[in-house]
Amino acid sequence: MKPCYIYSAVSISAQHTFDSGLGLLEPLALQPNKVNAHHPLYKSYIPPAALRRMATGVKMGVTAGKKALENANIIQPDAIVIGTGMGCIEDTETFLNAIIKNDEAYLTPTAFIQSTHNTVGAQIALGLQCKAYNNTYVHGALSFESALLDGLLQVEDDSASTVLVGGLDELGKEFIDYIDLIEDKNEGITVPFSEGASFFVLGAIKQQHAVQLKAIKTFSALTLENVRSVFMAFLKENACPPETIDALILGHNGSKYDHYYTEAASCFPKTTVQLKYKQCIGEYFTASAFGLYLGVTLLKNQDLPSLLTCGDTPKKPLKISIIYNQYNGRDHSLILLSL
Amino acid sequence: MGIVSAIGHSVSENLDALLNSKPGITSISSVKTHHANTIKVGEVKRSNADLIKALQLPEHTNYTRTALLGCYAAKQAIQNANITAINSYRTGFISSTSVGGMDKTEIHLKDFATNKAVQKYIKSHHAGDSTQKIADTLGIDGFVTTISTACSSAANAIMLGAKLIKSGRLDRVIVGGVDPLSKFTINGFKTLMILSESDCRPFDADRSGLNLGEAAAYLVLESQAIVEKENKKVLAYISGYANANDAFHQTASSETGEGAYLAMTQALKTAQLNPSQIDYINAHGTATANNDLSESVAIKRVFGETIPDFSSTKAFTGHTLAAAGAIEAVYSVLALQNQVVFPNLNFKTTIPETGLQPVTTIKRKPIKHVLSNSFGFGGNCSTLIFSKL
Repeated sequence: MKPCYIYSAVSISAQHTFDSGLGLLEPLALQPNKVNAHHPLYKSYIPPAALRRMATGVKMGVTAGKKALENANIIQPDAIVIGTGMGCIEDTETFLNAIIKNDEAYLTPTAFIQSTHNTVGAQIALGLQCKAYNNTYVHGALSFESALLDGLLQVEDDSASTVLVGGLDELGKEFIDYIDLIEDKNEGITVPFSEGASFFVLGAIKQQHAVQLKAIKTFSALTLENVRSVFMAFLKENACPPETIDALILGHNGSKYDHYYTEAASCFPKTTVQLKYKQCIGEYFTASAFGLYLGVTLLKNQDLPSLLTCGDTPKKPLKISIIYNQYNGRDHSLILLSL
Repeated sequence: MGIVSAIGHSVSENLDALLNSKPGITSISSVKTHHANTIKVGEVKRSNADLIKALQLPEHTNYTRTALLGCYAAKQAIQNANITAINSYRTGFISSTSVGGMDKTEIHLKDFATNKAVQKYIKSHHAGDSTQKIADTLGIDGFVTTISTACSSAANAIMLGAKLIKSGRLDRVIVGGVDPLSKFTINGFKTLMILSESDCRPFDADRSGLNLGEAAAYLVLESQAIVEKENKKVLAYISGYANANDAFHQTASSETGEGAYLAMTQALKTAQLNPSQIDYINAHGTATANNDLSESVAIKRVFGETIPDFSSTKAFTGHTLAAAGAIEAVYSVLALQNQVVFPNLNFKTTIPETGLQPVTTIKRKPIKHVLSNSFGFGGNCSTLIFSKL
């Protein structure tokens, strides 16, 4: 079984991460309830004719994917694996509203074609003329983690030497308001809903300062009582006792389910630095891909952005990190990184 | 295996229809659409209310038709595999769907803001919802995910399941897919002008497009270790799989069938089989002008002058989109179990460019390896190979 390293990590988010990394983070205003990504200049990455047809998610995915490949010096990956919770919701809304408004008449195919969940993976393959393995996961808050596991499997069993893995979601214009509408106003999510794309290149050959993707484990359902035993089993399987974990990256979004994170954090000693990030990038199904971006970046740069850390931040080298995410008490994921 | 399709609500009903050349293509009744008079579909003749009753669910659930069909087929699969304690082994669940909860969203979208009674369907819109409901019904808490690569989705779910067992991460995994008929897909395919007004004719020179279908099918994959420990009867082995991309066009297949060619050749390679060892191809064969020509070209490139017996079963079921790969996986296993090639219905004339002749009546013969193709929008091409020991 081959080891799996992360060669590059790129993120488009509600912050300036695409251009400036984690340097210019600031908290999001809690109003309005939704925040768009800080979009890069897409025309530097996508030809104008193609750009005109693309919805936000496709632009984000193609651009983040392109930069991740560039940063890793890879021209053609051996696999492209995408995770997206809501898929191409913009074009889905467009086509659905056209059906409703015109009562099934005078429809054109463009929005339908682009509403398919695998559009981003397909557009990246088309752009690269990449005939390799191509897959798309659409499982809520585990969409990205499923894609990451697929990539890890392929690097481990040597069926791919490099894999482009990305997680993305676009905000859309209508459906998100319905989601916000039914969110519990007292105990629900308090960070704004947002959008973003975080892309990574995985590979088997160790490069200098490469972060290793050691393990990933997901759970469809997990009771609060079982969090501790799941963490302990995960640490044991990977031969990493709690005191060896330097950073714990958590997905707090302000809802009552944040107590899962409190329980997880209680498994670790004070020397483990805790970080949370959704106050800066918002919540969406693939927000945890930003969690991985954060994990990779802080191990690489050995720098803890003060806006993201909770409590004490002991000065010590950062070597091993865990990213834990869940959504409304379901779809739990644990990712282990090491330098 | 468990299956619900236009030709039956169980594995045995599906087999019976296949053996007796009884297609399930009719006019549409479950979806209200202005196109009802100009399309034909493969519809599951059980209403949501029937399915809710059969599944013993409370009357006012937020189960979409996607979740209902999926639960119905997945429960059968567990039963047929004689599984009583699902968590006695590390068990995962991988589903696939193209529309997710669209069947409810398209009805209620404009009421979501104001009508509290239908707001329960806001949460059931995303593609993972039906999968989570099926997993909960089966009692699977661990690895659960959903794949959506258009019409090749379920083939990719099966492939991932096989890889997770091979890697030692799971001992058992239930894999498959589900898609209900919806106004969204009917109108989408209508704008692409690839819906036939009559019964579809896969691989026929005069084919006039596809019939949409709805279905769900799941297969239980288990490791060799479970099989040995429990002395289980094995229906078939997944011996080969591959996923490649045509990288040609968002919806159309290339003239050379490159993606399909790559998927088939790589699947043969993983199975360590020569093309001549394939006894039956269950083709993707949607009956669109583009797919059937492109697939025929790819088949000729892989198999040369000696084309194995092949047929598309889509004239029975319609094109069930994300579920198609699972439906046809069940049919591939049935072909192995019953040593029979299922007929390609409604075929008269070979496509002039390729001259390929599908099997048009039931053909009984020794079958050891079946190759099944599933191709989708976005250039996604996947091939699975099922074998008998």
